[in-house]
Amino acid sequence: MFNKFNPLAFIQNIDYLLVGMISIFIVMGVIILSTVILNKIFSDKKDK
Amino acid sequence: MEILEKLSFLVENISLLADWRYVVMWIIGGVLIFLAIRYEMEPTLLLPLGFGTILVNIPLSGAIGGEGALTTLFNAGISNELFPLILFIGIGAMIDFGPLLSNPKLMIFGAAAQFGIFFTFCVASMFFDLNDAASIGIIGAADGPTAIVVSQKLNSNFTGAIMVAAYSYMALVPIIQPPVIKLLTTKKERLIRMPYSAKSVSKLTKILFPIIITVIAGIVAPESVSLIGFLMFGNLIRECGVLNSLSDTAQNVLANLITIFLGLTIACQMQAEKFLQPATLLILGLGLFAFIFDTAFGVVFAKFLNLFLNKDKKINPMIGAAGISAFPMSGRVVHKMGLQEDPQNFLLMHSIGVNVSGQIASVIAGGLILNFFM
Repeated sequence: MFNKFNPLAFIQNIDYLLVGMISIFIVMGVIILSTVILNKIFSDKKDK
Repeated sequence: MEILEKLSFLVENISLLADWRYVVMWIIGGVLIFLAIRYEMEPTLLLPLGFGTILVNIPLSGAIGGEGALTTLFNAGISNELFPLILFIGIGAMIDFGPLLSNPKLMIFGAAAQFGIFFTFCVASMFFDLNDAASIGIIGAADGPTAIVVSQKLNSNFTGAIMVAAYSYMALVPIIQPPVIKLLTTKKERLIRMPYSAKSVSKLTKILFPIIITVIAGIVAPESVSLIGFLMFGNLIRECGVLNSLSDTAQNVLANLITIFLGLTIACQMQAEKFLQPATLLILGLGLFAFIFDTAFGVVFAKFLNLFLNKDKKINPMIGAAGISAFPMSGRVVHKMGLQEDPQNFLLMHSIGVNVSGQIASVIAGGLILNFFM
């Protein structure tokens, strides 16, 4: 729904910005770590 | 006289045209078709969407409502998110994660460039209820299928406007991003060279990567399983090496087929009474806002990291902007800007790596949004 302008909503919802960004950095961090481990374990030499 | 009475339906139908909103929607449909053909702006989607807009805004159109073909398609493929998810299989099959896997640290920029989604959500929440604000924020994912899935799952009233904004701004990335990047970087920063050493990535790593990503994203944001799962399934059939025919079909025939239906079907949301509202203009503005802040935060984050890096390891902050997703357009824009500053500065492999990570991060951001609001 299109509501009346409520500037306070920005402050009330800023938590989502913080939690969202922290979550996404954590998830991408875990994916980076997993990829580094994958690269270490299954380097091309071992694959061959 | 009897004949005239029988012909009266012609007058009735024409009288319905007195409603100016239909004419405005035809013009909007025409503009979308014009942009698709003349400027090749996401033609695969904007052209069907433009034509569909005309179809659904013909008075008493038999294409929509009840057993109308477009309504049937909408119920079969959009309201249950099937079409965008199937399209994800094709997109997954098109993506080569090689540059990313050989330099996984680049993935952090994909995370940073999702800032616009959450920031725009906060801004949109001042005008809309939470579900609609979240659906508007996801325009910043710069990824059409994610925007459709999130807005449908959250029962947004503005799917049509969100789609138009998402696909239009994706096509406008070469116009939107360069001024933002230039505003936030110095010439010296844009001249930073980043040597690329191609590291080989084993086939097993390429096979395990999509599976592991699906599991990690699924555990953190279970609502993202269908989004990330279909994307990664597409990539798995590409990388496994034994399904080349399926991979080829997913990349071409399947993706094309779904795209045709997707554009036409989304037009169901482009009916005059739904689309011609003051909210639509606001959504288009907020969508642009999301793209600008995605780009800006990606660049600023790269500059921030440079504070901690040795002189010879500095990152060209422009690559942070490629984390916006909009694959592969954004990666190419950054590469081109690098070449404009220094014809010997090849940023393509880095920017495409960041761009691919943006694709993954945008889907995860979509999953997080769904987890927050469902």
